[in-house]
Amino acid sequence: MPESAKGDPVVRLRGVSKKFPGVVAVDGVDLEILPGEVHVIAGENGAGKSTLMKLLSQVERPTEGTIEVSGEPVEFHGPRYAQGLGVAMVHQEFALASHLSVAENLFLGREPMRFGLVDRRTMRRRAEELLRKVGLQTDPDKLVSTLSVAGQQRVEIAKAVDGEPKVVIMDEPTATLAEKEIEDLFAVIRDLTSRGIAILYISHRLDEIFRISDRVTVMRDGKVVDTLPTRELDEEKLVRLMVGREVGNLYPKPEVEIGEVVLRASGISRGTVLEDCSFEVRAGEILGFAGLVGAGRTELARAVFGADRRDSGTVEIDGKEVRLKNPQQGIDAGIGYLTEDRKGEGLALELGIDKNITLASLPMTGGFISLDRERRTANRRREELNIRTPSVRRKVRVLSGGNQQKVVVAKWLETRGRVLFFDEPARGIDVGAKAEMFGLIGDLASQGRAIVLISSYLPELLNMCDRILVMREGRVAGEIERPEFSEERVVALATGAREVGAA
Amino acid sequence: MSAATTREGTSGGLRERLSGVVSQLAAAGALIVVFVFLSFASPVFLTTDNLFNIGTQTAVVAVIAIGMTLVIITAGIDLSVGSVAALSGVLGVTLMVNAGLPPIVGIAGGILVGATCGLVNGLLVSFAGLNPFIATLGMLTVARGLVFITTGAVAVFGAPESFRLLGQGRIGPIPIPIIVILVVAVLGYVVLSRTKLGRYAYAMGSNPEAARLSGIPIKRYLTSVYVISGALAGLGGMIAASRVNSGQPNYGVGLELDVIAAAVIGGASLFGGQGTILGTLIGAFLIALIRNGAVLLNVDIFYQSVIIGVVIWIAVFWDQYRRRRLASASE
Repeated sequence: MPESAKGDPVVRLRGVSKKFPGVVAVDGVDLEILPGEVHVIAGENGAGKSTLMKLLSQVERPTEGTIEVSGEPVEFHGPRYAQGLGVAMVHQEFALASHLSVAENLFLGREPMRFGLVDRRTMRRRAEELLRKVGLQTDPDKLVSTLSVAGQQRVEIAKAVDGEPKVVIMDEPTATLAEKEIEDLFAVIRDLTSRGIAILYISHRLDEIFRISDRVTVMRDGKVVDTLPTRELDEEKLVRLMVGREVGNLYPKPEVEIGEVVLRASGISRGTVLEDCSFEVRAGEILGFAGLVGAGRTELARAVFGADRRDSGTVEIDGKEVRLKNPQQGIDAGIGYLTEDRKGEGLALELGIDKNITLASLPMTGGFISLDRERRTANRRREELNIRTPSVRRKVRVLSGGNQQKVVVAKWLETRGRVLFFDEPARGIDVGAKAEMFGLIGDLASQGRAIVLISSYLPELLNMCDRILVMREGRVAGEIERPEFSEERVVALATGAREVGAA
Repeated sequence: MSAATTREGTSGGLRERLSGVVSQLAAAGALIVVFVFLSFASPVFLTTDNLFNIGTQTAVVAVIAIGMTLVIITAGIDLSVGSVAALSGVLGVTLMVNAGLPPIVGIAGGILVGATCGLVNGLLVSFAGLNPFIATLGMLTVARGLVFITTGAVAVFGAPESFRLLGQGRIGPIPIPIIVILVVAVLGYVVLSRTKLGRYAYAMGSNPEAARLSGIPIKRYLTSVYVISGALAGLGGMIAASRVNSGQPNYGVGLELDVIAAAVIGGASLFGGQGTILGTLIGAFLIALIRNGAVLLNVDIFYQSVIIGVVIWIAVFWDQYRRRRLASASE
């Protein structure tokens, strides 16, 4: 693969900077992108990766420096102009009109016209061609809303590759994909690069960087730290470059005495989503939920917590059955659920850190909120969890992902939850913040809390958990104890590739 | 660390508090400018009588707008307040006239009528799942219809003289409507900042799912918010009725627009999660000042509407501009 990257750079940045009032987001960046290479931009949140992509795709105008495409300096005329030059962008959040068809989306704003009307036949034909290029087998007349997330992303890519671009920018393209879909996406990427198209790729997931990239450019504080061929890197070195210091163990798992069963769920079923799921988790134990996206891990957690209704099944806390029909009852029973979608479901972004922390457990005195106790609580949690902010009154919106996640944790600690479900706690946060988050999860376990960790990234589960429960198609496919942990075992159970034993 | 966090470290909460004040100042600044301008432009403006007059005239809008602020904070809207105020007015007066009840009971009855309409709104929004715009639009026409059904489209006269006190009386030198504004505002402030209802209103408006998963019984609190809005519309309706000592079936057509304008000028966001009592009061008084000034300076009444419309644009534009800048600085 690396050999396919040859020739003159398709894009060259010289001394490119972007200053916002009070912030230098991108600082004097020099960068060359070669035809047919997969070039990863790595760095922590706020390192300037996204801004750099916006400069390239002309969403933002650089304050200094020049950008060259195919050796020619380019002027700034906005995203559509950039696409005309051959710089296309696949957005992290898909910018598709879900109520329009695939073909209509592909040609939105540039529909092929005939006699002043949209030429639907041509549109359909060209849509079919484009879809074939990106390996999406679907009827172009289907509504976008009926496609899977991976399918929608493929439509975005098809949109980007129309007109044979020189560079396609992909911003965290795998964030919402399942393992199999990631493989498919990589196949598409390889196909594009074989045709000489360069891929500029942003990712937080280290394993992917090594799987797909030819070269890596590491950014920190808006500057380029280094550009290296991927084969000269290993995980440790890459993390060190990104963070700027030694990170130590990413998954600090403490030795914990495992106690009594705290929560036992039996026969949980819900529609076609969950079927007769049972599990138990003990004090001090970290239980992992593994499985493909859509296997029912989140659904099981939500059903146990009381966020979604259940058709059947019981939940026991300390051996006593509890009524769980809504989140309030879940909280009262001592269960906490940290959602996978932090911004969408976990935080009130417009409210302060203090108010988010106390949201599920307002300190009341004589019928009124005690603002004094609220502030003290928030400050205590800020210290304890190392939430980096000058004031707990700041809006949660302005915090980094890692700090936002800590606010969510603080909220659930305030409810005195004894069983905590962490749903993808490391998603979208920095490497440094990840290590901190897993350290925290380890601490909570050593304090005797029962932890359920849901993750799509196997190394997290294999390193942190005492036991892994694997789900497949809404059922519990099997359980693996720590001594028997291996990636193959989990994947086999998750995919049903080969039936293990009497399962 | 990253550029964004460096910035957090240096600027701190102070910047945020400052920008909070500035946003209040946008409306407050306009209020002061208009105030100073009118003081010079009209000899009558800066007299106690005229100022009390402004306060009295804005009482209805201000009181109802406080309830509206609560609703808007939850990302809702209450379009029915004008009709509900009229319904409360005519029914409240009818209680006094037909049943011979004392004014205080009539007023309580009017507020209860408003609260009942609010309860229906709240149930439609939170339990039937109707969009607040639709639920309260329905109530807008239902309540107006009920006004005409109960009155036969004829104004209700004959309330006891003492009923006039609410809208026209004074305690010492201060008009009672102004005292009502202050009491309701203080209560509103306490509810918003110090009670579960207020806190949960902000939380529901900012992120309903996060609020639900935090164990907040959303439906109950959301319903309560509409009940409060309805009750305050009822109170506003009684103040208005007292000012003319009668129940007027045509009262309050379009009133909801002034009320929403007051809240929005005062910084309440229709997307929810934002809004303050002080801001809303400033918004209400700004509208009242413009109206009053236009009368004093003999400006055509049609121009008033144009000016108020433009003020809404500017206030909301400023608000969004400020927020966007804050948001982009934090990325």
